[in-house]
Amino acid sequence: MIAAFVRAIFFTPPERLQGYAQKIFYLHVPSAWIAFLAFGLTAFAGAYWLFLKDPRLDRFAESSAEVGVVFTTGVLLTGPLWGKPIWGIWWVWDARLTSTLFLWFLFLGYLVLRSAVEDRDARARYSAVVAMLGALLIPFIHLSVYLFRTQHPMPVVANPTGVQMPMVMVTTLLLSLFAFTLTYIALVRARMAFATERDALLDRATTEA
Amino acid sequence: MTVLLDAVGLVRLFGARRAVDGIDLALGAGEALALFGPNGAGKTTLLRILAGLLKPGAGRATIAGAALPADAARARIGLISHRTMLYDALTARENVRFAARLHGIADEPGATQRALETLRVADRADVPVRALSRGLQQRVAIARAIVHAPDVILADEPYTGLDEQGSAALTALLKERRAAGAALVVVTHHLHEGLAVASHAAVMRAGKFARLERTDGLDPARYAAEYRELVS
Amino acid sequence: MMATPPGTFAAAWIIARKDLAIEFRTRSAFMSAALLSLLAIVIFFFTWDATAVTPIDIAPGVMWVTFTFSGLLGLHRSFGVEAQERAMDALLVAPVPREAIFLGKALANLVFVVGVQMVAIPAVALFYNLPIGETWLALAGLMLLASIGLVCIGTLFAGMTANTRMAELLLPVLALPFFVPIVLPAAQATAQLLAGRPLSDAAAWLRILLAFDLVFLYACTLAFPFTLED
Repeated sequence: MIAAFVRAIFFTPPERLQGYAQKIFYLHVPSAWIAFLAFGLTAFAGAYWLFLKDPRLDRFAESSAEVGVVFTTGVLLTGPLWGKPIWGIWWVWDARLTSTLFLWFLFLGYLVLRSAVEDRDARARYSAVVAMLGALLIPFIHLSVYLFRTQHPMPVVANPTGVQMPMVMVTTLLLSLFAFTLTYIALVRARMAFATERDALLDRATTEA
Repeated sequence: MTVLLDAVGLVRLFGARRAVDGIDLALGAGEALALFGPNGAGKTTLLRILAGLLKPGAGRATIAGAALPADAARARIGLISHRTMLYDALTARENVRFAARLHGIADEPGATQRALETLRVADRADVPVRALSRGLQQRVAIARAIVHAPDVILADEPYTGLDEQGSAALTALLKERRAAGAALVVVTHHLHEGLAVASHAAVMRAGKFARLERTDGLDPARYAAEYRELVS
Repeated sequence: MMATPPGTFAAAWIIARKDLAIEFRTRSAFMSAALLSLLAIVIFFFTWDATAVTPIDIAPGVMWVTFTFSGLLGLHRSFGVEAQERAMDALLVAPVPREAIFLGKALANLVFVVGVQMVAIPAVALFYNLPIGETWLALAGLMLLASIGLVCIGTLFAGMTANTRMAELLLPVLALPFFVPIVLPAAQATAQLLAGRPLSDAAAWLRILLAFDLVFLYACTLAFPFTLED
């Protein structure tokens, strides 16, 4: 993680037009990819749980969601930090940004739902259903906003580095993505260990009662 | 004698807890099991499995030959609980008719009227349920449970909240159902009522039957004493 | 005894009728939702600068925002009646498919939501002096499509949140993100219709609304049995 960060700051030449602010790109983009991946995995784990009822799957879903919401918050915070210096605006309602915002809402809704249901079995059931429906929702949000923008022309923010990225930047991006993925895995594992411990304690408490 | 309820090896876990831990049970037409046991013994869980509301982790059960939890098996079950399961804004007649419709009874107004008359609530049938006393509500609930002439009646603490008259009426009704050929499982804390109604008695503890026997020849007082021993 | 349990749609219809009978008996939920819509519509009008923005510009927004929130109001009681005396257990023991329970309740909720809209939309047209004229049929169709989507998500989520601690807050928190692909197309199409554009212009919006309805009607019906204790 640190290595990727260091490399991004010191070894990548600043992109010509945008200067150092562009470096946020290496944090922002992989964060976004991992955030969406985290939600996808949460939904997938939920679906799998519905068929196997293995508590580890539900714990994974819970962990992936908590880690995912952190990454998504990161994306939503770094976006404006990048956007303001470059394009002069904090936020724009394009399909990508809006989808990310709704991903954030879905994560939060998912976690709030989990906190409101005490029965472990019910919690896992409801979470799985909400996560799966949420995964279905994102494409609809994306499409709706896309159609909205084709009808109402608004400021356009294209990807500043364009399709042709110098090899150096691609490498840094991939390295950053790798680093973020490792971070995700590490955080989810830590979170799962906590969840397993907590569930074991609860099990012992109820059987002793 | 036809076997109406047949359960083999039922197991149900909640997390690590074995709520039902290997239950075998067979009841024929006209037989009734009174199921006693301390709180948390698994009685309600067992009943819910037999009603098709829960799936067992292991084992299987059939109702009138049809495997649970399929629709065909559930169609032959009548469920009575300590909660009335009624819609209190609707009248008794509407509640029972709703159940009759869900079971697809051909002559639902007729069957509804008969069920209400059997439970002697026909004269208060067109009043919203919330206006009825607890005892009358329980009778409407039972009318709803038997409108489709179920082969198996499952009752979870049906004597709760009933006064002496209500209890006597319930016992009489359950015996009448037995005579008509239904099989019953009655979960209750009321040892005397349970023994009076049933042909068999069981005590459930920690998910298993600690004892299971026929009721003829049982002395209620001694059974009660032994029961207290068993569960303390 | 002659008894053939009803199939999925027949059972759904029986359950819907029961829910509507209960609602009709008390009526308070419907009145509250309709009244809230009217109040919201009136309040919205005063929050805009009527000189800078014409009523016809804000009307679609008002219409669909109140639709969203008044829709949520009615959804709650849908499962409240089942929780009261554990009537849900009796429904689950009855020989009807689980999906029928969902469809029946969704249908009853649809009638409720459409009923509220039949009060709200004329009210918007009245207060905002909208040139509804020939577009009323298209608007009605739009409102029906949107209601179907709202009711599918809302019924499913109402069922899940009914037993939770913060049910009244949890339902909107979960459901509102899902309402956006309904309300956005509906509002945009409404704006176009009110501006006098032909229906074909709003075709893209209608398609996405229809797609949403089909996908989520299917998904929610399929998901419902999984939300039940097993």
